[in-house]
Order: sequence, then structure tokens, then C-alpha cells
Amino acid sequence: MSTYPLLSLAIWIPIFAGLLILATGGDRNAPLARMLSLAGAIAGFVVTIPLWTGFDVASGGMQFVELSTWIPRFNINYHLGVDGISMLFVILNAFITIIVVAAGWEVIQNKVAQYNAAFLIMSGLMNGIFTSLDGMLFYVFFEASLIPLYLIIGVWGGPNRVYAAFKFFLYTLFGSLLFLIALMYLFINSGGSFSILEWHKLPITLNAQIWIFLAFMIAFAVKVPMWPVHTWLPDAHVEAPTGGSIVLAAIALKLGAYGFLRFSLPIAPDASHELSGLVVALSLIAVVYIGFVALVQADMKKLVAYSSIAHMGFVTLGFFMFSAMGIEGALVQMVSHGFVSGAMFFCIGVMYDRVHSRQIADYGGVVNTMPKFAAFFMLFSMANAGLPATSGFVGEFMVILGAVKFNFWVAFAAASSLIIGAAYTLWMYKRVIFGDVANEHVAELSDINKREFLILGVLALCTLWMGLYPQPFTEVMHASVNDLLRHVAISKIQ
Amino acid sequence: MFDNFVVPDLLPAAPELFVAFMALAILMIDLFVKDSRRTVTFALTQLTLIGAAAIQFATSTGEIAYTFSNMFVDDLMADLLKLFLYMTVIVVMFYSRGYIIDRASMNKGEYYVLALFATLGMMVMISANHFLTIYIGLELLSLSLYAMVAMNRDSLQSSEAAMKYFVLGALASGLLLYGMSMIYGATGTLEITGISERLYGGGVNKTVLVFGLVFLVAGLAFKLGVVPFHMWIPDVYHGAPTSVTLFIGSAPKLAAFAIVMRLLVNGLITLAQDWQGMLIILSVLSMAIGNLAAIAQTNLKRMLAYSAISHMGFMLLGIVTGVVGGDARYALNAYSSAMFYVIAYVLMSAGSFGMILLMSRAGFEAEELDDYKGLNKRSPWFAGIMMMLMFSMAGVPFFIGFFAKFSVLQAVVAAGYLWLAIVAVLFSLIGAFYYLRVVKLMYFDAPADETPIDAPMDMRVLISANGVAVALLGIFPQVIMSLCAYSLLRSL
Repeated sequence: MSTYPLLSLAIWIPIFAGLLILATGGDRNAPLARMLSLAGAIAGFVVTIPLWTGFDVASGGMQFVELSTWIPRFNINYHLGVDGISMLFVILNAFITIIVVAAGWEVIQNKVAQYNAAFLIMSGLMNGIFTSLDGMLFYVFFEASLIPLYLIIGVWGGPNRVYAAFKFFLYTLFGSLLFLIALMYLFINSGGSFSILEWHKLPITLNAQIWIFLAFMIAFAVKVPMWPVHTWLPDAHVEAPTGGSIVLAAIALKLGAYGFLRFSLPIAPDASHELSGLVVALSLIAVVYIGFVALVQADMKKLVAYSSIAHMGFVTLGFFMFSAMGIEGALVQMVSHGFVSGAMFFCIGVMYDRVHSRQIADYGGVVNTMPKFAAFFMLFSMANAGLPATSGFVGEFMVILGAVKFNFWVAFAAASSLIIGAAYTLWMYKRVIFGDVANEHVAELSDINKREFLILGVLALCTLWMGLYPQPFTEVMHASVNDLLRHVAISKIQ
Repeated sequence: MFDNFVVPDLLPAAPELFVAFMALAILMIDLFVKDSRRTVTFALTQLTLIGAAAIQFATSTGEIAYTFSNMFVDDLMADLLKLFLYMTVIVVMFYSRGYIIDRASMNKGEYYVLALFATLGMMVMISANHFLTIYIGLELLSLSLYAMVAMNRDSLQSSEAAMKYFVLGALASGLLLYGMSMIYGATGTLEITGISERLYGGGVNKTVLVFGLVFLVAGLAFKLGVVPFHMWIPDVYHGAPTSVTLFIGSAPKLAAFAIVMRLLVNGLITLAQDWQGMLIILSVLSMAIGNLAAIAQTNLKRMLAYSAISHMGFMLLGIVTGVVGGDARYALNAYSSAMFYVIAYVLMSAGSFGMILLMSRAGFEAEELDDYKGLNKRSPWFAGIMMMLMFSMAGVPFFIGFFAKFSVLQAVVAAGYLWLAIVAVLFSLIGAFYYLRVVKLMYFDAPADETPIDAPMDMRVLISANGVAVALLGIFPQVIMSLCAYSLLRSL
């Protein structure tokens, strides 16, 4: 075990790198800003590697813990730590940050320093969310992370970006404000503690648990997003620049799901059991109904955005099976979705940079002019559809297995998404990539360059690795997930 | 006849005496200062304020000291509020200087002298322990402000604002006086600590008392600018010269908080059930109307005026949760959170109006929202500062405005008013919209006006410091939070 404050480094290296990049000023220094951001992102990633190599898989508790007082007036502490549930997301986040910086390398020519700084600061803040063990610290990071994404969508986004940025910000703020009240309620009732781990042990009446659970659920459901509060996501995705979509899909959506595991289940276990039917129903609606919605989309980004909602439906479904298989499957699905949806949005960005359209109808026969790209896009489409040997399969399969034990019809409905998912993804793939060259734009396409090849190659390796050999990912989860389940099984009503 | 005459202990009132003396002296000295050498007056004013702060610091004992036959009190709460007051006025004067130099009719020594008299009025309000002292301080403040609003003689808008302010202000003073006379009638004393003792003793006519309380609360609500006594705020903020709006929108909030504490908490705590009920209504209405009306504004000064109304409503939440069902267990927590809120608000408000002054130049007032379009292109640094101020006002972390809202909300939840907390956060959500719109204009839109920002160096530095303070105090709010809590612990 390392004695360095690794988690603090993972949070603050990107943030300070972001501030440093801002200091490079205008677009005259764009090359310097790009180099600095890449250096910052790589440094941020390097410090997270020891989290995995030094992780004690036998322990379900918090590791790499850092604790110091922050605001003693309200007993708020700077309390960080990771367990098997959060550790992978810190690494995923740091990894995706590198991809994002690389993805915007040539594409972004306007306010380069601010663009990169926003992403690095965002990355640091999200690491803060995944590692906070203090309720207020979590909340502060949770809300602060809205600011960079608001700016990313609004400044570098598409034509309808202002609407999308406001919708994104206000929707998520609405959720988190009720969450804040729940945190304060817990603070008062725990005798003045903001420690999440203390709250896990706090006995609460069923009635109070249900209110707390609902307040949490609004915050996290907006973030996941679950049906029916998902409508901000397609707008945000369509208008955001490629990097913004990648971060949004790969990391930001995971924050809500993570919140369920860190807050809702352990703090309000009885309410979780009580209301699991509601969550399962909403998840199935997301999986099935949103899958059909994705099928009819004409805009590729919107299609992938809806498919993200459907995939996140699997995640919330897996959580509320209350079985190790379900939760681990959901976690695997979250990591896998980080790679796959990030790659899908990157692929769409690659085409958009060349043709400046995201409409499926504007494409056709891309394989003739971009064969290498078509191969990669094929792999990621397959992964998105949940084809075996890709990471997309592992998580979905585990969740469905968990669901079979829970209720056959739930499993049946969830499994139908494998067909719907294949339908919308592969149909889109067919229309965009195969066939004759549709128009002169497609005829003039040039295949991916080295930078794009490298990004897609790395993401492809990750997808295949997770699909073929998920063991390293699941083994770190076991102990923590089992601990969580044991905890959730015990009633907190006294 | 003069046997009983005792020279009062002047030490607790030393800063007030110093400021009064200096204000008179500067008034004389300024007669010999040419318009082009006005910097002398400015420097003397700033030295006065720094001197007052130094005296405050040196004479602060931490004990509660009464003087002038118990009409005047000096305690830690007063010391702390006055120190923030001096700091605010110093900053306000720095921000105003460039603006009034560009506008000849305002570049007079009287501007500084009036500001000093207004400051003195606020100091007296903060330290008042007697209805008359409160009234003297309040009128000294108000009369100075009426004159300052009207100082730009050639502006019709300013004259109108001054007139409105004066008429409504006089009405509010009347209400306050009427309320005071009722309470005097019921208790037989004008001294705040004396009233409190009488009320504890019992046997006071409750009807007359509560009748007086209603007028008292109405007067206070006017001075705080909360609904339904808020009509003057948008007009005066909008009509006054921006440097005066900055002054009205910042420092007097500290004094208004102080008289609320003196009158309602120090004096009438036994009636807490009654005035808390009234203030809850005022608070909810202010948050509703302030936030909703702010959305409709196209003028930044007016928008900030409505935002001020909603912020004062939010601050009142801290005051109304001090006593729960006769139990004053939460009082310290609640009042200190309100105090922290006021201090945080003053910091943000000074910064935001300061930004308007920074963007204005001779013959151009940057007060329309559209004047901020594309600021990020013109000056990324100041756009960043303004963004921090706006997010802080909206209550987004890591800025001080978040912790201000947080500390008040936790007091509300601790007192068991969950519904009030939910109402408050829902209105903050509505409020977030118009702050976000300012950020949108600065960052998402293309600039309409490419003129580079022209402001003196001292102002650039200070406003940057103001913005950075909003962020740094948001990351480390503990110092001010505990100062507020400690000073109230030693004063209540």
C-alpha cells in the first residue's frame, strides 16, 4: 500500500492542471494548452493505477482512506476512500479524460484552453464524487460538477445548445436540491454527523426511510437518467460537443447509479425493499420502451443517447434484485457502458467532423471510403447490442441471470432488450455503413487518421478485454458487494 | 443641578466618535480641495475607515459594555459586524471612485462625507440598545442615502428614485416609530434590555404589545426590503447611480440585520412565536416574488434588486428558526447562520455591482443584461469573476453562497420546518435560472460591443480579489462561520 494521498491526487491533479491551462490564455497558445491538458490527464490517470494494483480484494471496507476536518462548525470532514464499488470508476474516469482530451485535439479550434480546462476540472470533481465518504463533500462535488458541463454544452455545443444547457443544469439541480434536504435531515438525526458510513448504521423509521429514499431517488434518477425524468439527456447529448457526450455517457451517468449504491440501498434498506417494485418497473420501462424509442431515431447521437438510457435501465434493474449477481452485473455494465458508449459517441464525432451531419439519412456506404473506421464501428455496435465476447454482453447477461432468480417475467422483459438493442444498433449501422455510396459527401470521406485510430484501438482493446476476461473487474467487487448485500438484508427499523 | 452628571464612558463608542469627528473634518478640508484633487478627500475617507477599524480592534474587549445610560452597547456581535462594515465601505469606495470621477456632478467631496455619515449611522444602528438610538442611526443612514441617490442632479431617473426612496422611507420610519411608541406604552421603557426584562417579568398588556410589534416588523421589513414592503428596492436600485446602488445594496444589509437582532431577539425574544410567524410569511413571499420577478428583468441592476429581495427572504429563514415552541436551544445556530448569510451576501452583492461599475465608462452604463454578451471574448478573466459571483448567488458550490444557503437550511431543518426548507430550495431552483442566464450571455453569446474594458488598476485588482474571495471562502468557510457563532455566543 502506498502512503501517498492517492485519492486527493486523483482529484486535485486534474483540477489544478485545469487552472494552469486556463492561465495559458487565448488561442495563440493553443498547442501549449493541448500539451498541458494531455500531460495533466495522463498524470491524473497514472496516480489512479496504484489504486487497482494496491487494492486488497479480500476487504469489503474502505481503502486508501484520507480523513481530515474541513468545516468543524458543521462537523464536515474531508473524508475520502474507495471500495470495490467505487474504485473502478475513479480509474475509468481518469482514463476517459485522456480519451476526451485526445478526441478534441484537432477538432476544437475555438477557446482551446477553456475547453480542455473544463474537462479536466470536471474530471477532478467527478473523482471527488466517487471517493467522498462525507455526505456534504459528496454533495459539493456533485453539484459543482454541473458547472463545467453546463459550459461545455453551452459554449461548444450545437445549434440548440442554450436550451440543452439550461435543461441539463436545471433538471439536475432540481434533483440535487431535494437530496440536500435529505442530507440535512440525516445530519440532524444522526446527532450531527455527515459521515456516510455512520449513516449506514443509523436506525431510521420506515416512514422516514421512504421519504429519504424518494429524495435520493429523485436526485439519482435524474442523473442516471431513469424514465420519466430522462428527457434532458437526448437534448444534452445531441447539442454537446463530442468530448462532452463522451464524458456525459461514460462517467456522468454513472454518478447517479453510484449514488444508489452508496446512499439509497445502505441508508434506507427497508425502503429500498419496499419500493424496489417501483424502481424495477421504471427500469423495465427504460429497457423496453426507450429501446423502441431508440429504434425510430433519425439522429445518430440521439439514438445512442436513448440506447444509453436503456442500458442504464439494466443497471438500476440489477441493483434492485438484491443479489450479488445482479449488482455485480450492473457494475460491470456501468464500466462496459463507459467504454462502449464513449466509443460510440466518438465514432459519431469522427463522422460528424467530416460531414457535419448526424442524420442517418445523410450517410450510406461509408464502408467504401472508410474501411478501417467501419471495422471499429462494427465492433462497438456489436458491443452496444450486447454480443458475446464484448464487454456489453457480460454485464447484461449477469443482470438477466440475477433477474431470473428474482422473477421470470422481469427477466423475460429485460432479455427482450437484447433483441431490441441489436435491432436499433445494427439497423443504424447498416444504414450508415453499408450499401452504395449515398452522396458526394460520403464519397469524399477520408479514413481515420493515426490519432483516431489510436483512440479507437485502445477503446476496442478495453471492450474486448472486458468481454473475454472480466475476472479482474469482478474480483475487486466481490467483497464490497457482499458486504453491501449483508448490510441491506438487515432491517434498520427499531 | 449638575451633581448627578456623570461623564459617560466613551471607550465603547470610540470608533463612532472618531468617524463623526473625521466626517466633519473632511467636510471642512474638502472646501479647500479642488475638483481635480479629489483624491485627497478619497484618501482621507479611506484612512478614516481604516482608523475606525483599528480603533474597533484595539478597544474590543469581548465583554458586553453599555454606555450613555445604557443607550449604547458594544459587544462582540457589534464589533464583528462593524469590522465587516468598514471593510465593505472601503471596498465600495474603491469601486465607486472611477465611476464618480467620470461623472462631474457626483465628483464632490460631499459624496465621501455622506458615505461616512451613512457609515456612522449604520455603526450606531449596530450598537443601539435603545429605541431612540436605533432611530437616530437609521435616520442618519437614510438621510445620507436619500441625498446620495439624488446626487446626480441632471438625471431624471435618479431624482425620481430619490423621491420614491424618501417618501417610502419616511413612511417606514413612521411605522417603526409608531410600533416603538406602542411597545413603550406597554412596557414603559425604551431601553431594549429593559423591555426584555419587563417582558420576562410578565404583567404586560399583550394586545398593545403585539399591535406595536406588527408595526415594528413592518418598519424592519421595509428597511430589509422584503415583500410586501419591497416596492422601493427595484426602483431605487435601478434609478440610483450605480456607485450608490452598490452602496445601498451592500453595507446597509449588515446594519439591517443588526437592528433585527437588537429589536426582535435582544428585546422581544419572549414574543418570538408572534414575530416568527410574521417573518415566515414575509420570507416565503420574498423568495417567491423576488425570484419570479427577477426572471422577467432585462436590466441587471433591477435583476440584482429582485435577487436582493429573495436573498433577504432567505436570510430571514435563519431568524425565524431560533425559537421552537418556546425552546431556544437552536437560537445560536440559527442566528449565526443568518449572520453568516448576510456577510456572504454583502460580499457577493458588492462584487456584482462592482462588476457593473467596472464595465461602465464615461457616458456608458453597463447595466443592461445584453451589455454582458460575449464578455468571455472581451475579457475571460472578468467573465470568470462574474461567473463565480453568479454561481455563488445561485448557491452552487464551491462558492460562499452555497455555504450561506446551507447553513441557513440546516438551521431550518434542525428546527423541524422541513416544508419551509423544501419551499426555500424550490425557489432557489427558480432563482438559479436568471443567474445562469447571465453566465449564458457572457459565455454562449457573441459580443455586441468590442470595446476593451477600461478601469483603474486598483479596481481591477480589488474586484478580482472579491471574486477570488467568493471562491476561497467557499472552499474554506469555517473561519467566518465560527466567527459569527462565537461573536453571538458572547453577545446573546
